[in-house]
Amino acid sequence: MQTPTTTDPRFLRAPPRRGIALSWRDPTVRAVFWQVVILGLVGLGIWWLVDNTMRNLEVRKIATGFGFLEREAGLPIGESLIPYSPADTYFRALTVGVLNTLRVAIIGAVLATILGTVIGIARLSRNWLVAKCAAVYVEVLRDLPLLLQLLFWYALLQGLPGPRQALNPFGSVYLSNRGIKFPWIEWQEAHTAALIALVVGAIVTWGLSRLFTARQMATGVRPRLWPWAIVLLVGLPLGVWWAMGAPFTVDRPVLRGFNFRGGGTITPEFAALLFGLVLYTAAFIAEIVRAGILAVHQGQWEAAAALGLSRGQQLRLVILPQALRVIIPPMTSQYLNITKNSSLAVAIGYQDIVSIANTTINQTGQAIEGIAIIMMVYLTISLSISLFMNWYNARIALKER
Amino acid sequence: MHTAMRAGALALAIALPAAEAVAQQSPTLDAIRARGQVVCGVTTGVAGFSNPDSQGVWRGLDADGCRTVAAAIFGDANRVRFVPTTSQNRFPALQSGEVDLLYRNTTWTLGREAFLGFQFAGINFYDGQAFMVKRALGVTSAKQLDGATVCVQPGTTTELNLADFFRTNRMSFRPVVIESLEEIRAAFISGRCDVYTSDASALASFRFTQGPNAEQYVMLPEIISKEPLGPVVRKGDQRFFDIVRWSLFAQIAAEELGVTSANVDQMLTSQVPDIQRLLGVTGGIGQMMGLDNRWAYNIIKQVGNFGEMWERNITPMGVPRGINALWTQGGLMYAPPIR
Repeated sequence: MQTPTTTDPRFLRAPPRRGIALSWRDPTVRAVFWQVVILGLVGLGIWWLVDNTMRNLEVRKIATGFGFLEREAGLPIGESLIPYSPADTYFRALTVGVLNTLRVAIIGAVLATILGTVIGIARLSRNWLVAKCAAVYVEVLRDLPLLLQLLFWYALLQGLPGPRQALNPFGSVYLSNRGIKFPWIEWQEAHTAALIALVVGAIVTWGLSRLFTARQMATGVRPRLWPWAIVLLVGLPLGVWWAMGAPFTVDRPVLRGFNFRGGGTITPEFAALLFGLVLYTAAFIAEIVRAGILAVHQGQWEAAAALGLSRGQQLRLVILPQALRVIIPPMTSQYLNITKNSSLAVAIGYQDIVSIANTTINQTGQAIEGIAIIMMVYLTISLSISLFMNWYNARIALKER
Repeated sequence: MHTAMRAGALALAIALPAAEAVAQQSPTLDAIRARGQVVCGVTTGVAGFSNPDSQGVWRGLDADGCRTVAAAIFGDANRVRFVPTTSQNRFPALQSGEVDLLYRNTTWTLGREAFLGFQFAGINFYDGQAFMVKRALGVTSAKQLDGATVCVQPGTTTELNLADFFRTNRMSFRPVVIESLEEIRAAFISGRCDVYTSDASALASFRFTQGPNAEQYVMLPEIISKEPLGPVVRKGDQRFFDIVRWSLFAQIAAEELGVTSANVDQMLTSQVPDIQRLLGVTGGIGQMMGLDNRWAYNIIKQVGNFGEMWERNITPMGVPRGINALWTQGGLMYAPPIR
C-alpha cells in the first residue's frame, strides 16, 4: 500500500502484512461496509426518484422522451446569432437560446473583469475622491438585488423616445426604445475568410513568440517579433480580404415603417441584461482585486520603489502579477455567477436558454426533459469555465521548488 | 337483514363490475371532500376572468366557474381555494395535483389533450386572438404590421398563432417575449412594442384597466385564431370531469330555461319537466353523479346562471356577448339535455 518516498526509517521496512479478518473490529472491514451501505442508499434513492417519476408520468399519460426536439417549434425569437425562423425545429430554437446565453455571459465576463479591475485599483487610489467614488459604487451595486437592477435598466431603456423621434448622437447611430442602431458592414464570405486568417495569424504569432523565447534562453539574443506580428496579424487578413475582391459595403440603419431597417442592433433587452450583469459583477470583482493587491506584502512595493519604478510601473510589473495568484480562484466563482445570473433574462424578455426552454416546456409539456436540457447546458458551461480557470490558475501559480 | 344486504351488494357487484368501478374511482373528488375545499388554478390577475378585488376576493368569469364546482360538490360556493398560476406553471400545477382543475383562460387544443394528459371540460368563453395598437400609430389593419415589434407572452398558443399569421402573410416582425403580464403590458405602454397581441378578451380587459387612457388604444379588426377557453382537468378521473363539465352546462341550461339566482326558489315549484330535472326536484340526476340532488340548484342560487355571471364580470369591460350568446340567440352557448 505505502510506497516509501522518503528516507524516513519507519518506511524503509515494509509494514507487517495483515490478513483481512472478517471481523467488526477490523477497521478496513468497517470502512468498506459503511461505504457500501452509503453508496447503496444513494443508488436506491436515485432509483426510487427515477422509477417514481416514470410511473407517475405513465399514470398521468404524459409522453416522455426527446423526440419533440425534431418537431417544428413555431416560436418567434427576437434575436439570434444564427439564422432562425419559426419553421425551424425545437433543437435549433434551443441552440439559439444557448448561443444567446453564451453571448451575454462571455461579453459580460470580459467587461466585468475590466471594469472590476479598474474600480478595485481605484478604491486603493491615493486620490481621496477616486477612492470614495469607487467605494460608493461597490457598496451600492453589490447591495441591491440583481433582479431589481435589471428591471431598473430595462425600464430606463424603455423610457427612451420611439423610433420616429430617435436620438441621433452622431453619424448613423440612433438611440430609441427599440435599441441602439449603428452602421455595420454587410457581412460576406471574404470577411469570414479574413477572420479565419486573423485567428491563424494569432496562433502562428504565439508559436513564434515561444520559439524566440527558447532561442533567447539558448543564445541570449531575442529575435525581433514585431515585424512578424504585423505581417501575420494585419497583413495576412488584409491580404486574404483583398484577394477575395475586397468587398466593403456599409449597411446603414434607415427609418422605414415602424422601425429602423438594416444596420446592427443592440436590443434594449440585451443591453439591460448586459449592463445589469456587468455593473453588479464588477462590484464583486473590484473587491477581489482589492483583496489581491492588499495581499501582496508592503515590502514588494518598497522594493519596486527602490528600483526606481513609478507607482504605475510598480503596480503593473510587480504587484499585479503577484496579486493574480490570490485573485484567480475567487474570479472563477464570479464567472460562474455571471453565467448563471444571466438566467434572470427571463424577467426582462431576453431570450436565453432558460426563456426558450421554458416556452418549449409549455408548448410540448415535456417539463422534465426541458429542465434536464437547461441543467445540462449550465453544467457544461460551468464545468468548462472551471476547467479553464483551474488550468490558468495552475499556470500562473508560484513555481515552488 | 344484514346478510341479505351483503348478498345483494355482492350480486350487484358481480352484475355491474364496470359501473361499480366508475362510480367508486374519483381520487380528485375524494381528495376535495377530505380537504373540504376545491383548489382551483386561476390567472395572476386578468380583469373580468380572475382578478382579486380590493377586499382580496377573486372576481371574474373563471373565478365564478371555480365556485360552481364547489357549489355542486359541497353546496357552498365559497369552499374554493384560488391558486394564481402563470401561463407557464399552470400545466405542471395541474399535472402534479397541486390544483384540482384550471379555470384559467386556457385554450382547448388537441395537443394539450393528447400530450399533456388533460381533458377540457367545456368552453366558458369563445375567444380569438387579436392585435392592439396605439391609436397614434394610425394602423387600421393587421395586414399593415410588416416590420412591427410585437409584445407577446411566452408559452401560449398566442405566441404560435402570431408566428403563423406573419408567416402566412409574408410579413416580418420582431417579438418581445416577457412572461410577466405586468411587464409585457408596461413594455407595450412605454412603446417598446408597436403591437400587443393576446386573446381579444384579455386585450379588452387590458384596455378596461387603463381607465381614462383607454381611448389611446385600438383593437385591430382581424381575429386570427380560434381560442375556445374553458376549464381543464386531469385525464382519467371521469367522475370529476363530469362534475366540472355539467356544472357549466347547468348554468347555460338555467339561462336558457330562464332560471336565475333571484327566481330559483320559486322555480322549485315549476311544472316544467326540464326545470324540475335541473333543480333536482325529479330525476335524481345529482345522486347518479355522486352529488346532492340539489347540485344545480346550489350553483344557480349561489353563483347564478351563465348570463348573470357574464353580466357581472364581462359586461362592465364593454365586451359584447357576440358568439358567446345562447344558441337560441345566435351564439354558440349550447348545453346538451340534462336528463
